[in-house]
Formats: sequence, structure tokens, C-alpha cells
Amino acid sequence: MLEALQERLGRVTKTLRGEGHLTEYHVDTALREIRLALLEADVAVEVVTKFVARVRERALGGEVLTSVTPAQMVTKIVHDELVELLGGSTTELEFKGRPAVVMLVGLQGSGKTTTAAKMAKWIKEKKNLFPLLVPADTSRPAAREQLLVLGEQAKIPTVDTRDMDDPEEIARRALREASIKGYQVLIFDTAGRLHIDDELMDQLERLKEILKPKQILFVADAMTGQDAVRSARAYHQRLDITGVVLTKLDGDARGGAALSVREVVGRPIVFAGVGERLDGLEQFHPDRMAGRILGMGDVASLVERAQGVIDETKARKLEEKLRKNKFDLDDLRDQLKSLKKMGPLQSVMEMVPGMNKMMPKGGVTEGQERQLKRFSSCIDSMTPRERRHPQLLNGSRKRRIAKGSGTSVEEINRLLRQYGQMRKLMKRLGKADPKALKRQLGL
Amino acid sequence: MAGTFLKKLKRGLFMTHTEFIEKVGETFQRSGPVAPEHIDRLEEALIAADAGVALSVRLADEIRGEVRAKRITTAEDLRPAVRRRLLELLSDADTGRRTSGTRPKITLVVGVNGTGKTTTVAKLAHRRIEAGSSVVLAAADTFRAAAVEQLKVWAERVGAPVVHQQEGADPAAVVYDAIAAAKSRNIDEVLIDTAGRLHTRANLMKELEKVKGIAAREVDGAPHEVLLVLDATTGSNGIEQAQQFGATAGVDGVVLTKLDGTAKGGVVLAIAGNLKLPVRWIGVGEGIDDLLPFDAEDFVDSLLDLKA
Ligand SMILES: Nc1nc2c(ncn2[C@@H]2O[C@H](COP(=O)(O)OP(=O)(O)OP(=O)(O)O)[C@@H](O)[C@H]2O)c(=O)[nH]1
Ligand SMILES: Nc1nc2c(ncn2[C@@H]2O[C@H](COP(=O)(O)OP(=O)(O)O)[C@@H](O)[C@H]2O)c(=O)[nH]1
Ligand SMILES: [Mg+2]
Ligand SMILES: [Mg+2]
Repeated sequence: MLEALQERLGRVTKTLRGEGHLTEYHVDTALREIRLALLEADVAVEVVTKFVARVRERALGGEVLTSVTPAQMVTKIVHDELVELLGGSTTELEFKGRPAVVMLVGLQGSGKTTTAAKMAKWIKEKKNLFPLLVPADTSRPAAREQLLVLGEQAKIPTVDTRDMDDPEEIARRALREASIKGYQVLIFDTAGRLHIDDELMDQLERLKEILKPKQILFVADAMTGQDAVRSARAYHQRLDITGVVLTKLDGDARGGAALSVREVVGRPIVFAGVGERLDGLEQFHPDRMAGRILGMGDVASLVERAQGVIDETKARKLEEKLRKNKFDLDDLRDQLKSLKKMGPLQSVMEMVPGMNKMMPKGGVTEGQERQLKRFSSCIDSMTPRERRHPQLLNGSRKRRIAKGSGTSVEEINRLLRQYGQMRKLMKRLGKADPKALKRQLGL
Repeated sequence: MAGTFLKKLKRGLFMTHTEFIEKVGETFQRSGPVAPEHIDRLEEALIAADAGVALSVRLADEIRGEVRAKRITTAEDLRPAVRRRLLELLSDADTGRRTSGTRPKITLVVGVNGTGKTTTVAKLAHRRIEAGSSVVLAAADTFRAAAVEQLKVWAERVGAPVVHQQEGADPAAVVYDAIAAAKSRNIDEVLIDTAGRLHTRANLMKELEKVKGIAAREVDGAPHEVLLVLDATTGSNGIEQAQQFGATAGVDGVVLTKLDGTAKGGVVLAIAGNLKLPVRWIGVGEGIDDLLPFDAEDFVDSLLDLKA
């Protein structure tokens, strides 16, 4: 799954070997695979068709580097195009206005209420602004109670609207309350509704009229399939959405809906929901999403997420090892192999010269991924004893390992050098006081 | 009943014609010999209904084979051929229900976040009560904020008792209580609402196993039915959901919700094909009456009959 597109293109490369430029034939063969990869990731058919046509144009328009294979070249173009389509760099939300109203809209069960509370917390903590939560879902049973509970958990003032049954009335009252009490951001949670429900969509238009929101965010479930284009388009036509929140990205959905929604709405995806709890909100990173959709391993964001929800026991074990300075090549291999589950080691690795380059924020490139794989196959070819006692590795052992793993002695030396640096650093960390170590490991 | 179902399904389609969908509709209506593009479009139409790449490509290939063998010659024959195959797929997946003579009958409702579990529990309770059974609801979603409140409101509406504990309580303990209540009050059925959970969360899936274990310990053969609630807007991830919930909770059937929107819910075809899991119910709205028995023909027709 993780390397879906690379695998597909791997097949293409085989048929193209020996050629260093992109012909129409190359491009079309590769594009067929890309098309399928995107459809498998749930990108809407119409969006895939447009996207592939765009890539084809760019790929045929020259831009050929002789140093890469045609398949690599096409992959790069696809990736770049995808990142661009997903919004280039990360978008910062603006909250100017008094109050700045943020309205959350979307289908039933997409995650609006949870996102409202998460955002309020985020705005308060990261932006130092005072938000007010407004529960205005008067249809779903206990929807307002839900937000009241979440508001309390997040320590965000929440208007008790349980005595009101008209969302428009709620909107007016919330605006009054915000201006009297000086709240800077007003987060307005609406009832989920189908985009074809004219009556309820009319109501959203009226609410927009009253609230004059700075932001209207369309909250969409990352597991959505082909229907994403239809709902997003309809919502956008009605409300002129300013941004999108993609929820439930903590699952294993490839998230092609991101591309579909982005294509039809043309507005940035501003947040990613990555958990049920209130800290499960991240800024959206187009480059990582591109990797995820293409199945190219979305290392950096997996890492970032892992840090938020670190498995405590695992972290403790590692801490133990660091403390006793027992971190060996077996542990390193585990870390390399489970890039997906990258734990606290990430923060250590980032500080190691050479390693930090391999763990870039924007995801791992093909070349870097290859390098990591080579490192783990080096370790694979060692005996268990060698892994536990790397000092045993003399010249002849290294030659054996190089041969066994299809690498070179230089590469093994590089690996050992980096391992050595890590250990040195860890020793220092291990001696540091426990609190500092924990902080360093992001615990 | 079936009439309203089709009407509801088609309402959405009427309003969301895209150029693409119209073209697919034309494919089915066109007379004259089959052209390769017709089958390509058919393949796209299936993918666009979330039937999944693998299944759609396979079906299209089968049809191409039929065309080569001259068993299909005109464009008009395409639709019936696909229709037949999809119906076969769905009926092959339905190997009949488990029967239970035991009382109380325990039904466990599971699924990822926000698919419509709680609403489905309420709708099911309503149906059973209408049919003359007595029902108790178990509020085993002890995690989500105000989930208990939500179920309580529904319980009030349908006139069923609900057994609950405080937020954060052990779901298995709630289920135990509910079963005990059913036994002592001689109630026919226990419907268990569970917290939404992503199938990738091992510890939460374990929790589900525990709930199941308690039910099995307390009543012979329980849970007698495990329903996976799937949102019709779900794409290919629905397959993973069915697989994982199937593996841990032993799913017997699927409830496909939100079919009153424009999503076709084609992922249940892939699920039926891969995992032999039948669809039992469909959700067509937020009201208490908006749960209908799954009708394969209606479903396939609404999926293929793109011009309505
Ligand atoms: N249009 C439509 N909405 C539905 C349907 N079934 C449920 N809903 C709505 O979907 C939303 C989520 O439903 P719930 O029953 O709370 O879903 P859940 O699976 O219990 O959600 P969690 O417990 O939060 O995981 C609610 O707003 C329901 O009213 C349906 O068939 N059609
Ligand atoms: N795993 C996960 N669950 C989420 C996320 N966002 C929301 N949820 C859950 O999805 C369900 C529906 O969310 P809710 O906020 O009530 O949706 P609403 O109907 O749009 O207001 C709840 O069970 C939430 O806990 C997320 O990012 N990840
Ligand atoms: Mg809500
Ligand atoms: Mg629920």
C-alpha cells in the first residue's frame, strides 16, 4: 500500500530501461498507472481525468533531466503537480475582525462539532486569541450538549443555546454576546446537512448573511470517496467556502478526497483532523498529503503524529535504553524499518548530522528512502551478535556484509559513523536530567 | 416502500447531473453496436459509484470478453449484463441470517466515527417495537461527548428503556447491565450502540472484543447479530473497515447509511465480492422511519440507472 505508485511505476521502468528521455509512449504508459493509483486513492474520476491531462502536457513539454529515469521524472512531475494542486505551501488562517466569525459546515458526521472545539483550543493556544464556541446544531439529538462538554474539556467558553431552537436566533445572540464580552473569534457549529437539501442549504445562506463570517470552512471526512466532488461543489456554489478541513486522517484512508475537494472548491485545505481528542488537529501540509495519496510514504506527518500519541511504554523502553546507553544496531534497524511508526527517536535523529537530512519535514524523497532501505539491509546482513556489538565489525566482516546486502564498505562505514554520532548524542542525553531528556524526546 | 426508496435515491441524481454522468447514461441507452469506449465509460461509471478500481476493472474486462465472444453485441445489452453480474455478486454474499431462538436477542452495532450507528440503533429499535418486540438500548459509547445524551433522546422518542453509565465507564460493564436488565424484565432484545472507532486503532478494537465476550458469556450465542454501519459516501476505505471489523467483531451484515444523498454506496459491492458480507439495511434520512431493508435490485438499479 505504502509504495503503491512506486511499485506501479517500477513496472513501467522495466519496460523503459535504457532510455533517458520522455517520449509520448513513456508518458502515456506511466500515466495509465498514475491514473489507476489516483483512482485507487479515491480521487474523483473527473478530477483524475483533468489532472492526468495536465501532467501529460507538462511531461511532454520537455523538462527532461538526463540523470533520471523516465519513470522517476514522471513521478516527480506528478508529485510536484499534486503538491501545487493541493495548495503549495501550508496556509495560515486569518482571524481579523471583531469578532472574526468562523462557520463550520458539512455533511452529517463529518466532524464539525469536534473540529469546532479543536479549533477553539488551537486558536487560544497558538494564536493567543479569545474564542467563543457557539453550538447551533438544533437538529441532531444532544448535539449542543456535545459541544458544551467539549468546550468544558477545552476550557473554552461555550454559549448555552439549549433553550433556543432557531439557528438564526442563535447566530444573532452569539454575535451580541461576543461583542459585549469582547471575544475575538466566534466559532459557529452548524447541523450536518446534505448538499441537496435545499431548505437546509437556504438556511446556511441566511446564517451567512447574519454572521458575515470571515471563514466558512467545509469539514470533510478523509474517507470520502467519489461523492466528495458533488458535495463540495454544491456547498461551494451556495456559500463560497473559504477553506476546507479534512478530518479522520488518523485512519488509513489514502485521502484522495483531498484532491477532489481542493480541485472543485479551489480554496486551501487549512486543517487536518488526526484524532478524536481535542489535540488531534494539525495544520494541513500539501506535500505530505501528496505523498499519502500517491502511496509514497508520508513519513514526516506520520512522525509528527506519532509524537502526539506516543505509545508510552515504547517511549519508556527507549528512554531506558538511552539511559543505560544500550541503544544498538537492532534498535536502529527497528527505527528504520518502522518509519511509519517513528517514535521519539525522530527528535534525536534530527539532531544528528547526516540523519537530519534523511528525515526532512517535507517527507522523504525517493533517493532518501532508498538510502534508508540500504541502511536497513546493511543491518539485516549482520549477525545478531554484530548488531548488539558493532565494535566487532572489522574489515572482513564489513566486506561480507557489503556483499550480502548488495551495498559497499563505504556505505557501512557511513552507517556506523552516523550510528556512532547518535550514540554519543544519546549518551549526553542520557546523562542529562530526566526532565530535559523527556522534553528532548517530546514526551 | 420500495417506491419511496427509489424516489429518494433518484432525487439526488436529478439535481447533480454532471456532464460525465450524462455521458454514462447515454452509454446505456445508445443503440447500435458496442464500441470499446462504451465499456471504458461503464468502467468509469462503476468507479464513480465507488465500486472500487479492482472490481470495476474486473467487471469491465468480463464484459469485454463477452463482447469478443459476441454474446453482447449492442450497447443496449450492456446494462442488463452488468446488472445481472452485480445482482449475482450481492446474492452470493448473502448466505442467510444466523437464527437465534435465545432470548434476549443481542444485536451489536459497530463502525468508524460518524457513520450513523446511534441513529441506526434508534431506527432499528423503532422497527422492532412496531413489530411488537420489547427492546432495551445499551449506551456502550462511553467515550464521545454527550453520546449517552444522544441515545437517551432517541430512546425517549421510540419509547425504549436505555441502560447507561457515566462517561468514561467500561462499555463491557454497560452491556452487562443492559443484558441483566433485559433478563430481569423479560425483554426480547438488546441493541448495543458502540463508540465510533477507526479500524486501525488496535486498543479500541480490543475493547470491542471484550464487549462481545461479555455478551457471549451472558447469553448463549450472543451477539446474535453484529451490524457494521457504513456511510454511503465512503470510498475504498470501506473495504478495510469491513475487513478489520469483520476480523475483530465478526460482522454479519452491513447497514448502508446516508443513501438519501448523492453517494451511491458502491463500496458495498466490493465488500460483498471480497468478504462475502451482505447488506441488511439502508439509511435514507435522519428520521426514525428512514431505515429500510436492503433491496438488491433497487440498489443496483439506482446505481446503474444513471439517468433515472
Ligand atoms: N442524511 C442522513 N443522515 C444520517 C443518516 N443516518 C445518520 N445520519 C446523521 O449522521 C450523523 C451521525 O449520526 P450518528 O448516529 O450520531 O453517528 P454515529 O456513528 O453514532 O457517530 P459517532 O458515535 O459520533 O461515531 C447525525 O447527524 C445523523 O442524523 C442517514 O441515513 N441519512
Ligand atoms: N478518528 C477521528 N475521529 C474524528 C475526527 N474528527 C471527528 N471525529 C469523530 O467523528 C464523529 C463525528 O464527529 P462530530 O464532530 O460529531 O461530527 P458532526 O456531525 O459533523 O458534528 C465523532 O465520533 C468524532 O469523535 C478525527 O479527526 N479523527
Ligand atoms: Mg455536530
Ligand atoms: Mg454514536
